[in-house]
Amino acid sequence: MDTDQDTLVAFRQEVIAWLADNIPEDPGFLLPLTFMEVGTKEQLEFLIAWQRKVYDAGYLGITWPKEYGGRNMSQVYQDIVDEELMNHKAPIMFNTIGLGWAGPLILKMGTEAEKQKYIKGILTADDIWCQGFSEPDNGSDLGNAQTRAVREGDEYVLNGSKIWTTHGTYAKYMILLARTNPEAKNKYAGLSFFLSPMHAPGISTSPIRKITGEYGFTQTFFDEARIPAECLMGQEGQGWMIAMQTLQFERSVDGGQATKYNFKSITSEDLIETCRTIQRDGKPLLDDPIVQDQLVQFIIEERNFLLNLKRSDLQGLCTDYPMSLMLSGKLEATELYRRMRQYAVSLQGAKGGLYIHDDDALNGGIWQHAYFNIFSATIGGGTSQVQNNIIAEHALGLPK
Amino acid sequence: MKFAQTARNHKVDSMRFSEEQKMILESARSFCKDSSSIEQVRKLLESSQGYENDVWKQLVELGWTGIAIPECFGGSELGIESVVPIVESMGRSLSTTPFISCTLAAQVLLRAASPEQQQRWLPGMAEGKVATLALLDNEDWGANSTTHQLSDELVLAGEKWFVDDAVTAELFVILTQYQGSPRFVVVERNQLSDSAIQAHALIDETKRSAKVDFTGISVTADAILSAENTQEILDDIKLIGALLIAAEAVGTTSSCLNLIVEYLNTRKQFGKLIGSYQALKHPSVDILNKMEGARSQIYHAATLFEDSKGVVDRDVEVACRMAKASANDALLYAGDRAVQFHGGMGFTYECNAQLYIRRAQWSQQQFGDSAHHRKRLVPLLLG
Repeated sequence: MDTDQDTLVAFRQEVIAWLADNIPEDPGFLLPLTFMEVGTKEQLEFLIAWQRKVYDAGYLGITWPKEYGGRNMSQVYQDIVDEELMNHKAPIMFNTIGLGWAGPLILKMGTEAEKQKYIKGILTADDIWCQGFSEPDNGSDLGNAQTRAVREGDEYVLNGSKIWTTHGTYAKYMILLARTNPEAKNKYAGLSFFLSPMHAPGISTSPIRKITGEYGFTQTFFDEARIPAECLMGQEGQGWMIAMQTLQFERSVDGGQATKYNFKSITSEDLIETCRTIQRDGKPLLDDPIVQDQLVQFIIEERNFLLNLKRSDLQGLCTDYPMSLMLSGKLEATELYRRMRQYAVSLQGAKGGLYIHDDDALNGGIWQHAYFNIFSATIGGGTSQVQNNIIAEHALGLPK
Repeated sequence: MKFAQTARNHKVDSMRFSEEQKMILESARSFCKDSSSIEQVRKLLESSQGYENDVWKQLVELGWTGIAIPECFGGSELGIESVVPIVESMGRSLSTTPFISCTLAAQVLLRAASPEQQQRWLPGMAEGKVATLALLDNEDWGANSTTHQLSDELVLAGEKWFVDDAVTAELFVILTQYQGSPRFVVVERNQLSDSAIQAHALIDETKRSAKVDFTGISVTADAILSAENTQEILDDIKLIGALLIAAEAVGTTSSCLNLIVEYLNTRKQFGKLIGSYQALKHPSVDILNKMEGARSQIYHAATLFEDSKGVVDRDVEVACRMAKASANDALLYAGDRAVQFHGGMGFTYECNAQLYIRRAQWSQQQFGDSAHHRKRLVPLLLG
């Protein structure tokens, strides 16, 4: 399929029409705002069914090769689907670790056998994926991961623990970073990368409750766990390199995700609507000049961010600090949303003290919920403080 | 995770950077770097006119004073989108020529003058004749009217403040009131006595701006610019001015950041380079991120100018206001932190940080501070 304007416009209209007919009704229970809080069986089943529906319609993994379940079309089509999913506030695609990270990783550097084995299941949601990177003692300092993998015959024996394992309870597979060589020349060189089954002997999970009150991630324990040796991806000692490539996909520095739609978008438009709804002294908050000024500040910041995304594609305008825009995306967006969401809570008067299960909560307590949830983004995937260090060191050239 | 909301209104994030703009940016940077080193900037602080004539001559030879002037008047007939990379580069070098004043004066003539009037003045300006605007009666950029008067006998009354580059201007484009309506009128330097021009003592010693008293100056009828929709044109000019100052400020922020980073990579305390301390590292990243946001805004505004062929429509207005607000905040923060992060040295006149903090105070108010623009964005964004 070609990418001329008319074809793209027609495709977008097709997607919009399909969504109009197929977005599921409100199921009557809270749906996750992001892929990181699928905490109940009913949420899981709902989202599996929804992903399967979207995949069967031909709207997931559009850029992935046909022989593994994709459609071999160009990125612009997947972008259109993702945009419209967002515009329609559709339920999220929750199997992110498969769709966005493991899938592109395997397609990029996996063996033929790995592609045959894993890709289709990611797309249909038959296989849910989780990530075993962070450990209780090694989070920001991921390179120091200590979970041990020892080769014994045609198996690896795993010992240790991973934490913040999103989908740990439900996952079939884990992308696992483990230490195969404690005596390597440096800490990074001792790491290896595995595509590990979750239901192997010796692997167990324990759900962790979040500040939002919900579930969605776990601690994962490896107690003399045994996985087949062919779960190793690449060679021993390549773990850090493969993990970094995974992060490139996670941070959308590299493309090729089956979809990027894994969180509900809450923007300044929603904030404006809220300010229109809330009345003080007989007038909408939107008429208050102090609120107006703050809203405009948020909109400017939001637009700066959008324009940065655009500018990052224009090489001639990114010559001064070449890494800057690429490295700052997550930091800027997540911190802006954190401030915006907290601001929205503060506008609600006494109702700011209500939470998601209260019938009188404004918009079902979405701002309160979203505010707490944003910390998964300001902390996870590299904390804002670490991002600042990375930008300082790699974009500005400041010393470690 | 890519936290992107792709805009449904595709203008909201449009940005292009043509080969032509790229060439202009590269040559502008190169020229400004060569003609306006920090030593040259410092040397000019005490001079009465603030720039060197031969630098101005070279700039004219590059065609920049004619860049946005139609070909029939000797210009290159490019748009504001081509001026943005030039002023950004000027800001980067703290370069001090009357370029922005001349550009804005030309824009007034293009929008408000009759063909005869344009023919009279624009060719000279394309060749480097210095022109400037006399808009303000006082400090208020938000004032909607002027107290300056042009009598029925065509005699001017009143003083204008903050007439930039008055010291070398040969043409003054003045906002006045004539027969109850705002109008632009042009006065030539030879109509003024020396005592009519009284230089302001600016916080930014790289810039030049003056009070000019036009009281008693007689003009001929053909010096009154023909357009009667002066208020609309004035509004547009203020937005173009805001964008150009924003672009200049973005360049300055970048070079201020470089100054800070260089120091953080040089100065050692407690056995380490001070740039390794997060208390200095993290705010440096804040400066970078603020600068990048503002930079994206100025090139977005430039793109919209190209799309609208110079017409200041609603989207252009929003972009100019956002650009100015973002650029103000970025440079203010950068200048402030530049002083702080240079420690004791930062508190001296000799340290170059002072040049940036002073430029930041000057730039933030020109054509409206951040609050001024945010206030005017309210009906455009929240309506």
